Amino acid sequence: MSNAFKPKIVAFLCNWCSYTASDLAGTARIKYSPHVRILRVMCSGRVDPTFVLKAFALGADGVMIAGCHPGDCHYIEQNYKTIRRHSMLRYFLEQMGIEPERLRLVWASAAEGQYLAESIDGFVAAVQKLGPLHWSDNWLEDGQREEALEEIVREHAAAMEVPV
Amino acid sequence: MISDETLRIGVYVCHCGSNIAGTVDVEKLADFAEGLPHVAISRHYKYMCSDPGQELVKKDIAQFNLTRIVVAACSPSLHEPTFRRAAESAGLNRFLVQMANIREQVSWVTENKDDALEKAQAHLAAAVRRVAGHEPLQREFVRITPRAMVIGGGIAGIQAALTLADAGKEVVLVEREPSIGGHMAMFDKTFPTMDCAACILTPKMTAVKLHPNIKMLTYSSVDSVEGSVGNYKVKVRRRPRYIDESMCVGCMQCLDGCVFTKPKFPNSFDQGLGLRKPVWIPFPQAVPPVPVVDPAACLQLSRGKCKQTCVEACGERNAFRFDQQETIEEYEVGAIVVATGFQAFDPSVIPYYGYGKYPNVYTSLEVERLLNAGGPTGGKLVLRDGSTPKRVGIVHCVGSRDANFHAYCSRVCCMYALKLAHLVREKTEAEVYNCYIDMRTPGKGFEEFYNRVQNEGVQFIRGKVADVTPVTGQGTAADGGLVMQVDDTLLGTIRKLNVDMVILAVALEARADAADVRRTLGISCSTEGFFLEKHPKLAPVNTANDGVLIAGACQGAKDIPDTVAQADAAAAKALVLIDSGQIELEPNTAWIKEEMCSGCMTCIGLCPYKAITHDPERKIAVIDAALCKGCGTCVAACPSGAAQQHLFSDEQISEELEGLMNYV
Repeated sequence: MSNAFKPKIVAFLCNWCSYTASDLAGTARIKYSPHVRILRVMCSGRVDPTFVLKAFALGADGVMIAGCHPGDCHYIEQNYKTIRRHSMLRYFLEQMGIEPERLRLVWASAAEGQYLAESIDGFVAAVQKLGPLHWSDNWLEDGQREEALEEIVREHAAAMEVPV
Repeated sequence: MISDETLRIGVYVCHCGSNIAGTVDVEKLADFAEGLPHVAISRHYKYMCSDPGQELVKKDIAQFNLTRIVVAACSPSLHEPTFRRAAESAGLNRFLVQMANIREQVSWVTENKDDALEKAQAHLAAAVRRVAGHEPLQREFVRITPRAMVIGGGIAGIQAALTLADAGKEVVLVEREPSIGGHMAMFDKTFPTMDCAACILTPKMTAVKLHPNIKMLTYSSVDSVEGSVGNYKVKVRRRPRYIDESMCVGCMQCLDGCVFTKPKFPNSFDQGLGLRKPVWIPFPQAVPPVPVVDPAACLQLSRGKCKQTCVEACGERNAFRFDQQETIEEYEVGAIVVATGFQAFDPSVIPYYGYGKYPNVYTSLEVERLLNAGGPTGGKLVLRDGSTPKRVGIVHCVGSRDANFHAYCSRVCCMYALKLAHLVREKTEAEVYNCYIDMRTPGKGFEEFYNRVQNEGVQFIRGKVADVTPVTGQGTAADGGLVMQVDDTLLGTIRKLNVDMVILAVALEARADAADVRRTLGISCSTEGFFLEKHPKLAPVNTANDGVLIAGACQGAKDIPDTVAQADAAAAKALVLIDSGQIELEPNTAWIKEEMCSGCMTCIGLCPYKAITHDPERKIAVIDAALCKGCGTCVAACPSGAAQQHLFSDEQISEELEGLMNYV
């Protein structure tokens, strides 16, 4: 399977539950897919939707956000805001022609190292099934998109009577 | 990418013995780092956290004039403070250090060495790009409130409160029941020494009442906890006793004076076996010795019409307050010791043991009250019809070690069942049958006690009791009693034992409201419902919330000696915290770039700590750093990028992302 598609996946893990779970997976020597790159944030509520889009723009084939279980957030209720952003992002990704399944939200408590490892493996398998995204390649394609975007900005500015 | 000619980054790759080097090619990784932007020096070393490893960093900072440090080693939760300290001692701001987690998140979880190197490269490149955007930060400290709260007034709470108070700290002790004492106050004797529970407990209860440093709040419960380690604001709900605690002298004349000449209502302290009046006290040695009025039973409170003979009896002491209302009091404390204890398993959910169906099937806690001289029968062990039992069966492991109820062993049941067997024989000379699965008596003097009870003629049958059924009728003594069916695994036969009293040695379980308490305090519960300690071996009284400590049976079933030891440990930990005077704040708070803020107020509603307010004059948001806990949710939501977070700025995270994706 050496020719198998190796996806690039970014995982945003919250400091208190899911990052601790990933540390626990390590301490317990639980092996999981190496295609996941981990980025620590204090809370899943810190994950700006633009970070997710940026990850895709930089060539990620999938993005995972992991936080504390609902009701267990270290910051009381901030993971509920993550839930809202996640639904919004899924809708948004679909509009942009990206399969919403490329974004996954996972709850893992500090005790759930095994579960987090399984979730990562499950997500990697799902992304492998979807195949490469090639979004970043398309962006750099020929400059036409950039022109089109600038045109939209000009039109918008004119409509709003703002000098560009 | 951040370009700054003055940036000089030092990269250190740790072997961690073979923990990292066994999977990740550390030499290649260090070579790779050399090619990354702004990297002035890249090294690999066997143990970076060791003294020589730290020295390496310190020397390089001086020699190569390094302005940033990246250590690729274990999880930042382990050694980030170590390398921050090392950098600081070499004159570099401690927040200019970043760790790449290549042990817990790479070498220990990856099988293929090429994959491991690639992932380690990504994590290291991300750390290098990120650290370029770090800024020097000031360490902030806040004062700690030198006061502790103890929640729960059982033996654990009493012990913790006394230890803290003796150390000269102010203690607020909160107890839900009208009196402190907890379960221990219900017992007659304590195993294996057979000390009378009241004789060793009541002096401690009185000491709590008399201690100048302890404020005791009985009949009260914790409503909410705000703030964080070092400075909590706790709201305590105080239920009305309808008697003024400061006026009552504890003469108990009102109990005699009550219009109800006979006790009529079940006493919860006696497990409902005894009766009480509307004005009552759980047990004679209660602390404080102040009665409570049951508003549902009292004629004055329920119907508004009574001769108030109790008030007459109280006379000029004038302690009755029928207009007393529930109040909320707020206390500021630096640490909280949780000692909320356990509850006894309710065996009525096991139909085959007949509890609640046959009157002479009792729980162990009910029998404790029957044996207690202060209990409903004055210490006489009698059946429901008043006769003395002649044959008593004790069923071990009721609710414990049972896949249908609790998988765990409750640890104390074997010993208390032995104690009850001893007391039953001593008081009634009845024939006693102890039916056990395994006899577990690990403890100082425990096995010796088991031998003693065996020699006293108690019969031990190894086997789980299958069921309890009546000989005829309702299973009372007059009917001919009860039959315990047990599979005697030593004899290899099924035995049917004719008894007239069955005692169920019930499990100790987490309190029904443990999950609510857990949420209030911001701590965790293990799967069986007990509060979760920070580390089962090395931090047994600490929790995930740094200022909250746990002691006693709320952490797991345990006996009195272990509870007292744990309570003292929790008190010592609380003392360490509140005695240190100040505590360092997390540096990762949010702040507002004022010139970019448009005053849209999106962030204000997102903050659960009310740390953000709107300045109507400047029309911008203002963050109170002392209230901010550093989650960064407002930063993620800010449409103009005005809200930023120290150590987790948009730029730092973007750079980290770039590093993760474009590392080669």
